[in-house]
Amino acid sequence: MSLSTVETKAGATPGEEPAVKGIQGRTPLQLVVARLRTDRVAIISIVVIVLIIALAIGAPLIAAITGHGPTDTNVDNGTDANGQPLPPGSAGYLLGTDNLGRDILVRIAYGARVSLLVGVLATAIATIVGVVVGLFAGYYGGWLDSILARIMDVVLSFPYVLFAIVLVSVFGSSLPLTILVIAFFSFAAIGRIVRGQALSQREKEYVEAAHSLGAGNLRIMFVDILPNLVAPVIVLATLLIPTAIIFEATLSFLGLGIALPTPSWGNMLSDAEGVGFQAWWFYIFPMVFLLLTTLAFNLLGDAVRDALDPRTERIFAGRRKKKPA
Amino acid sequence: MTRFLIRRIVLGIITLWVIITLVFILYYARPGVDPARELAGRAVTPQLLANLNKEYGFNLPVIVQYWNYLKRLVPWPGAFNLGISNNNRLPVTTIIAQAVPIDISLAVGSAIIWMILGISVGVLAARRPRSIWDRGATVFVLTGVSMPTFILGLLLLYVFYYLLTIHGIAIFPKPGSWTPFTQNPLEWAHDLILPWITLALITAATYSRLTRSSLLETLGEDYIRTARAKGLSERRVVYRHALRSSLTPIVTQFGIDLATVLGGAIITETIFGLPGLGLAVVQAIEVQNLPVVIGIVLVASFFVVAANIVVDALYAVLDPRVRVS
Repeated sequence: MSLSTVETKAGATPGEEPAVKGIQGRTPLQLVVARLRTDRVAIISIVVIVLIIALAIGAPLIAAITGHGPTDTNVDNGTDANGQPLPPGSAGYLLGTDNLGRDILVRIAYGARVSLLVGVLATAIATIVGVVVGLFAGYYGGWLDSILARIMDVVLSFPYVLFAIVLVSVFGSSLPLTILVIAFFSFAAIGRIVRGQALSQREKEYVEAAHSLGAGNLRIMFVDILPNLVAPVIVLATLLIPTAIIFEATLSFLGLGIALPTPSWGNMLSDAEGVGFQAWWFYIFPMVFLLLTTLAFNLLGDAVRDALDPRTERIFAGRRKKKPA
Repeated sequence: MTRFLIRRIVLGIITLWVIITLVFILYYARPGVDPARELAGRAVTPQLLANLNKEYGFNLPVIVQYWNYLKRLVPWPGAFNLGISNNNRLPVTTIIAQAVPIDISLAVGSAIIWMILGISVGVLAARRPRSIWDRGATVFVLTGVSMPTFILGLLLLYVFYYLLTIHGIAIFPKPGSWTPFTQNPLEWAHDLILPWITLALITAATYSRLTRSSLLETLGEDYIRTARAKGLSERRVVYRHALRSSLTPIVTQFGIDLATVLGGAIITETIFGLPGLGLAVVQAIEVQNLPVVIGIVLVASFFVVAANIVVDALYAVLDPRVRVS
């Protein structure tokens, strides 16, 4: 095993050495950024994500400008003379109002906060836990690996939507619980990949070298091995964000995520469903924003994966000029 | 092979045991919980509480309760007892038996659509990488992956039920329609078309992605070059030689997805008002009807765990390398 590794390693080394003169060396990060910058789809998705982040951060500002809070029912002018909701484009209500006279634009903006917060925090927790569990399992192996790997297998074969619903129904819906539940059902996906990578990395020579230099296990795991796993982890994490956002929206849609009256895109749609299809604008705006967000993150995740792995063929990127070698 | 199977079955039983135990802790042994009160539902009387305490033995030590709880779930005639719904006093097994046909109908119809659609789109993309077909397939995949099920369901309902109906073209039935297959197969399919399409479109995306990457990899193999060199037609090479061996990852994915739908397509059933396991569990959770919740969680978990075992066994049959590791 170790012999064959040494052989392939030795065979590959000359090719890896960028010894040609006149070519500036670039760090892997620079390479990735450079590749992303030529990728139109990546640029567009980053722009969309930045705009949605701006919407989330600027939510109080939008509320201040319009003069409507996210849960204000605007009794005086939020509905027409017959008490019906206002369609989009009405005076003072760009995206209209819902059946309680609440400003849909303001609720969308506050909903963006919930979606992004849940998406990013749940992903962060899942990633950290997944990386730690995966590293320990893969690096130490033996009984620890058996236990951790089994736990991850068990979590991965849970009917997770159902179980999330049960958990939320028992503990009552809240933002922290939503985040924790999503993180719990997501960490195993990352943990399994990291474990597999760590299993193969620990046989490498640099780990042996670190050992002989007297490095401790923790140091080898987090300082020596972890940087080699950054690429797959980043890709997985980026793709986990939209999954977490969809998960939150689904829970909220079922009335088990973010508790009313706090707006989230999911519970806005659940509200809309209770009213019926006559007021199409109750539906269309949360739908569009939710889809835009998940699409942007998925596209970005794909683009980052392509950028990190130069071998993958890129479907959408414009034809790049081949750099003279 | 036998050892491999036994290991998977043991792991499956452990998974089920973990889920059963978690449910027990959540509902019966969580600190500060009064299970009799929770089981009683909304119409609580002291008499009912006393009866429940006696019937379920909530006054016994937790360990004894746990033992009795496990004993009732052993699939053995005479021992197995999921309890009685506290809404309508029907046995939970009856409620589940009534709901399962709906989930089977949902699963069969949508699985046929998503397999045909997903695999054809994947093949189309893989046969001409980077062509317009491939780009179209990528858009299809990314939209499917980014689309929350409830948004697609609501969109389909809005366009095909609401918009058509208010314009006098009532082709699609209103949500909540369900006809058993044995009663009228045509009506059965008619009532299920929109739910089928919803489930199928969301799920097909994964299959396209899997088929594309797997087929592309296979098409690069030496034996495909040999097949082409022999002068076989491209059609024969792709469908007879390459596609067959690239379907292994799809088989595994299919098992899990099918089992998940069988255990209750929660979102689809909620939106289309189909009285399957998913809708039953959501309704039971809303009124704290614990016996039904626990029964359905167990059934759904059993489907998923069983599917995992079957799929692993199939995988081992299809790919001999798995058996060794």
